[in-house]
Amino acid sequence: MSQRILDRMKERFPDAVGDTHAQHGNETAFVARERIVEVLAFLRDDPELEMNYPSDLTCVDLLGLGDGLGELQREQQGAPQDDKPRFEVVYHLYSVTKKHRVRIKCRVPEDDPTIASVAHLYPSWNWFEREVWDMYGIRFVGHPDLRRIFLYEQFVGHPLRKDYPKEKRQPLIRREGMV
Amino acid sequence: MGLEFTTSRAADAIAWARKFSLFSYPFVTACCGMEFMSTAAPKYDIARFGAEFPRFSPRQADLMLIVGTVTEKMGPILSRVYAQMCEPKWVIAFGVCACTGGFYQNYGTMPGCDQVIPVDVYIPGCPPRPEQVLDGLMLLQEKIQKHQSNYQLRVLSDAP
Ligand code: SF4
Repeated sequence: MSQRILDRMKERFPDAVGDTHAQHGNETAFVARERIVEVLAFLRDDPELEMNYPSDLTCVDLLGLGDGLGELQREQQGAPQDDKPRFEVVYHLYSVTKKHRVRIKCRVPEDDPTIASVAHLYPSWNWFEREVWDMYGIRFVGHPDLRRIFLYEQFVGHPLRKDYPKEKRQPLIRREGMV
Repeated sequence: MGLEFTTSRAADAIAWARKFSLFSYPFVTACCGMEFMSTAAPKYDIARFGAEFPRFSPRQADLMLIVGTVTEKMGPILSRVYAQMCEPKWVIAFGVCACTGGFYQNYGTMPGCDQVIPVDVYIPGCPPRPEQVLDGLMLLQEKIQKHQSNYQLRVLSDAP
């Protein structure tokens, strides 16, 4: 369906666009993390593509998806480090005029969870980036106001990371005698 | 037609008056609010029990209905709203989310609003049916008639 979006991206950025695949009419392209701003700017401004509707920006934590081991188990069993980057930042774009969509993914490693902000290209992604920062701790470099959006300032950690303890609570207030 | 009269202790008469004139403050945060509306609407008609008048200021209310999920972020706000209510005051936790946190076992949801304020009646259900809500309200009326309130109990037990 939108194979031509992928073709056009590859033609324009042969070195930035990596693997691509399509499933059930959803075209996906992996883009190098350093080039994400220019690729998205191209998708938005190119008259043939006109990706003018930013439908979603989110993140995936792939912790332990490679061999099914968590960090602790890997250390205990002396298994080699998973070399696949831990996070994937995912951008979903749609074109209201051309009626096609595409999904862009960027791999982000655990030891340097940063990526350039695209809030200046799509202003509504300002809050989406704040959400991803809140939940996954991906730092969007160049974001005008990168604060937590859902949780409170006192919260420690990023709860949608797979290694955040499921039962861990960080109460702001408790009645006397309550734990 | 004879002479009709009745006798009562003053405290009992006041409690009787209170239990049929509850001014509720609905602290509605989530889906249970729909069921609250249904209870308040004519079909189930909470007005039959004297509690038809929701006040949207805690300062004018003596019954707080916590209707829906309470998050940890909301805790200080809930505590402050409760402190703004005049005594005597009662609290009903409406729905499992308000009672225990319900099925939300996660980083953001408070495991029951009684972690922050004292609760008199817990109404389980997700969401509770209006009949259950009315049943809970009648339980509260019984408590009021018996001069019981978790708030007052706490004050009494704290006294030297
Ligand atoms: S108890 Fe059920 S209906 Fe009520 S707020 Fe919780 S999830 Fe919603």
